[in-house]
Amino acid sequence: MAKPKRPKQPLPPLKVWAGPVALGWLIPGGGHLLLKRYGRASLLGASITLMFLCGLLMRGSFFEPQTGDLLTTLIYVGGFIGNLASGILYLIATWLGYSQPDLAGHVHDYGTKFLVGAGLLNILAMVDAFDIAAGRKA
Amino acid sequence: MPRMTLSHFEAAFLFALFTSVVLGVVSKRGDRERLQYGLYVFGCFIAALFGLGWLMYFGHG
Repeated sequence: MAKPKRPKQPLPPLKVWAGPVALGWLIPGGGHLLLKRYGRASLLGASITLMFLCGLLMRGSFFEPQTGDLLTTLIYVGGFIGNLASGILYLIATWLGYSQPDLAGHVHDYGTKFLVGAGLLNILAMVDAFDIAAGRKA
Repeated sequence: MPRMTLSHFEAAFLFALFTSVVLGVVSKRGDRERLQYGLYVFGCFIAALFGLGWLMYFGHG
């Protein structure tokens, strides 16, 4: 049996969610902190930051946006967006001159995935902060 | 800067741990449900890790 369609919820005003989402991007867990969800904020902040730090210690490389065929564009632009989504962690690492060539070996490879994964998890945290700010979630 | 050298298992274990915590926190509504879901996701990651590991072992013959 098909599930009944839920009615579309209107987008809440920008000022309600922009702050938590923006702070959540800049500082992992920051959006939840602003919304006074301290326990969840600390878990998110610790997990995402540790994942990013492990990626750096494993000498993972950052993606730079490249275009070409569809797969190249998808991997490099997607990877760059994933890196950028880590917020201040990515910005600090870049400003401090972290630049690692893409080397062969499983540890570097895992490191690259950890760096992108941290950003993708931060996107999930930002979506959660949006839901809380919009009143769709407690 | 110090360097971290991990085995495949250790790296995948850490990845599973961090990802499970975040998925548990953002996915459910109550604290108990979050904990249960986080543990469930972590268990799935570890099961897949062992399953795929053995599959590759037998696949290589």
